[in-house]
Amino acid sequence: MSIYLDHAATTPMLPAAIEAYVDAMSVVGNPASIHSQGQNAKRMLEEARETVARSVGCDPIEVVFTGGGTEAINLALKGLFWARAPRRRILVPGGEHHATMDTVEWLENHDGAEPGWLPLDRAGRVDPARVADALGTGAEDVALLSLLAANNEVGTLQPVAEIGEIAAVHGIPVHIDAVSAYGQVPIDFRALSGAGRTGASGGAGGSAGGIVALSLSAHKIGGPVGIGALVLSRRASIVPLIHGGGQQRQVRSGTQDVAAAVAFAAAASALGDVPARNVHLRALRDRLIAGVLAVVPTAVLNGAAPDGPDEQRLPGNAHFTFPGCEGESLLFLLDAAGISVSTGSACQAGIPEPSHVLRAMGRSEAEARSALRITLGRDSTGADVDAFLAALPAAHAQASRAGMNDRVPTR
Amino acid sequence: MSGGVDSAVAAARAVEAGHEVVGVHLALSRMPGTLRTGSRGCCTIEDSMDAQRAANIIGIPYYVWDFSERFKLDVVDDFIAEYAAGRTPNPCMRCNERIKFAALLDKAIDLGFDAVCTGHYASIQTDAAGNRELHRASAWAKDQSYVLGVLTAEQLEHSMFPLGETPSKAEVRAEAAERGFSVATKPDSYDICFIPDGDTRGWLAERVPASAGDILDREGNTLGRHEGAAAFTVGQRKGLQIGTPAADGKPRFVLEVRPITNTVVVGPKEALAIGLIAGSKFTWTGLAPEHPGIAFDCDVQIRAHADPVPAVAQVVSVPVPAGADSAGAGATDAGAIELVITPREPLTGVAPGQTAVLYVGTRVLGQCTIDRTVSAVPVPSAAVEPAPVAVPAARA
Ligand SMILES: Cc1ncc(COP(=O)(O)O)c(C=O)c1O
Repeated sequence: MSIYLDHAATTPMLPAAIEAYVDAMSVVGNPASIHSQGQNAKRMLEEARETVARSVGCDPIEVVFTGGGTEAINLALKGLFWARAPRRRILVPGGEHHATMDTVEWLENHDGAEPGWLPLDRAGRVDPARVADALGTGAEDVALLSLLAANNEVGTLQPVAEIGEIAAVHGIPVHIDAVSAYGQVPIDFRALSGAGRTGASGGAGGSAGGIVALSLSAHKIGGPVGIGALVLSRRASIVPLIHGGGQQRQVRSGTQDVAAAVAFAAAASALGDVPARNVHLRALRDRLIAGVLAVVPTAVLNGAAPDGPDEQRLPGNAHFTFPGCEGESLLFLLDAAGISVSTGSACQAGIPEPSHVLRAMGRSEAEARSALRITLGRDSTGADVDAFLAALPAAHAQASRAGMNDRVPTR
Repeated sequence: MSGGVDSAVAAARAVEAGHEVVGVHLALSRMPGTLRTGSRGCCTIEDSMDAQRAANIIGIPYYVWDFSERFKLDVVDDFIAEYAAGRTPNPCMRCNERIKFAALLDKAIDLGFDAVCTGHYASIQTDAAGNRELHRASAWAKDQSYVLGVLTAEQLEHSMFPLGETPSKAEVRAEAAERGFSVATKPDSYDICFIPDGDTRGWLAERVPASAGDILDREGNTLGRHEGAAAFTVGQRKGLQIGTPAADGKPRFVLEVRPITNTVVVGPKEALAIGLIAGSKFTWTGLAPEHPGIAFDCDVQIRAHADPVPAVAQVVSVPVPAGADSAGAGATDAGAIELVITPREPLTGVAPGQTAVLYVGTRVLGQCTIDRTVSAVPVPSAAVEPAPVAVPAARA
């Protein structure tokens, strides 16, 4: 029996999404075809788009389906950067997901971008005042700003609305990576983007300012892997990454994956009332956090405090540093006990890397190596949490004995 | 599991022998290459994926453990420092000594494992009293007992080499193919894993500052100039660029590299013959000889694929040379002790920094890092080098 506590990596597909997926896969028809079967496919696709749009409060036309969160982020960052040429600066906090970090670094190395890395505080939060400072001292050359809605490792929610307002004042377009926040906290794109805000449109250089783009991924909410969306404001102009048949507002060419979109929509419509749904998740998480701190008193909770309705933390996220232990050792021992957790982001080929998020939050290399992320999902139970808490003390004791990998060997 | 054929077959055999096996791939670099290039057979993402695919087929869990920090400190930095000190290091032995059978073994034991199992070709046997002994693999052509000579009795207690009794590498490849491993025909690696393009000299040149110095003959006469002493290896003939030919017209070879004075000593080929080697960093592989202080017979091997040569060895105390820094010179505070090895016929191609492994028959007895060598051919003018034995270069 294995207990899955890594829902932030991916969460099980909902039975309803699997059913919708399979059913849709047996329907023939390219949504771009003119005949009736094409029209039928198109109808299924657009209904899916409407459902996804509803789940984040945007217009259906603003939903651009992509091959996942990573592609959506690449499209937003590169597409906005190119559309905003010759502006070169990209404001972005440290500790973003690799899809953002690596795209920004690629633009820096290949396309003359100048990243302005914004600091995180000890809880992993970006201070809006720092954004105001950065824009106050010369917004002219800023192409865009991008940030997470919620950090996927430590679970800290960012003040995106506030930062979006500041950027809007300066006419700077903002992209939000909402992949990890999706389904965990309510997202209202219309409110965030300030649609209808006076003076919000027509920023120089083609793109309007404020929040104009937002990335989603289906497999974080019980949909399939391999489909996501970039919610792209009708006010925004963007240069496409993929050219071809001109599908989806010319922004993302290629025959559209109707079945995946339908399955994505099935998961999106199952989100329902997000805050209500997450009451259970939050209660489980608080039990888990209290339990960990009780059985391993040296454990340190990272991220924002879980303190009720206004808390700045994802309801399904618990993230700890276990001083003196390699996260990798804990992961191995817990895995051997049948419990799946994460050290944060495993980069390439399963090589664990010290958490760049904790580093960006000012923690030491050793602390960044000693991290463990436990994330809950909609089917997590109290029994799962109890099993984890039962296995943790022994795993922790053994991992402490093994110590850090850079210790001087005794043999 | 490096991603090569040997460790994959070793893992499969360990499973079949009834052990509970977990595949571990060592991440030795924080910036691994993506794809395998040239003759390297480990340490890229592709190699890690190969290892994982083999583990999948065997049906064992698989993890990557990151020892890049220790590897840098104990293997890469050591390699650079040894080279800069004019010595000839063997990073693969250092990796066995400090990483695979030390850092990895320590961690494994602390996490509840009993042993580290690798695809080395060497054999562990047990003597009548139950003590573990390391022996050559039955396939001498593939024998890797030399690079395992650094193992101590305790490390040996926790090691397993399931390939030791296999008659040939071909057999291992055939078995891998039968088991459906994609790595069955993967080429062997023979280069240093952390030097991606195999250009060891170029890699070192970027990391060890060089400055010009003198090239001397054995009598101490200056024959020419060089661009940096560390770039020379004992036995090297090419690239000396000495204007005047030797009196006897014969080619000259590098006999010694002295980084402290930044000089290179050259001489005739005959002078490369080494009559004595000694070192203060030595270990016993399994049981130590009963009376190491009394000269004993053994065979000495000075490179992975060199032939063993009959020798006499003995542990002796050496007085610390006056004015020398005693730190690091030996195992005790009172004075250094040294393993002194006298081959029955002179050795060639041996330099400080290399490891001498001692054998008795097929059994590995122990090893020492060579600190100093003494030529079998006396220096023509004794006035220059008064000591009866050459003072080690690093302490000259
Ligand atoms: C915050 C965040 N952004 C982006 C991604 C990438 O999404 P995808 O896996 O769909 O490419 C993930 C998930 O791995 C994520 O957590």
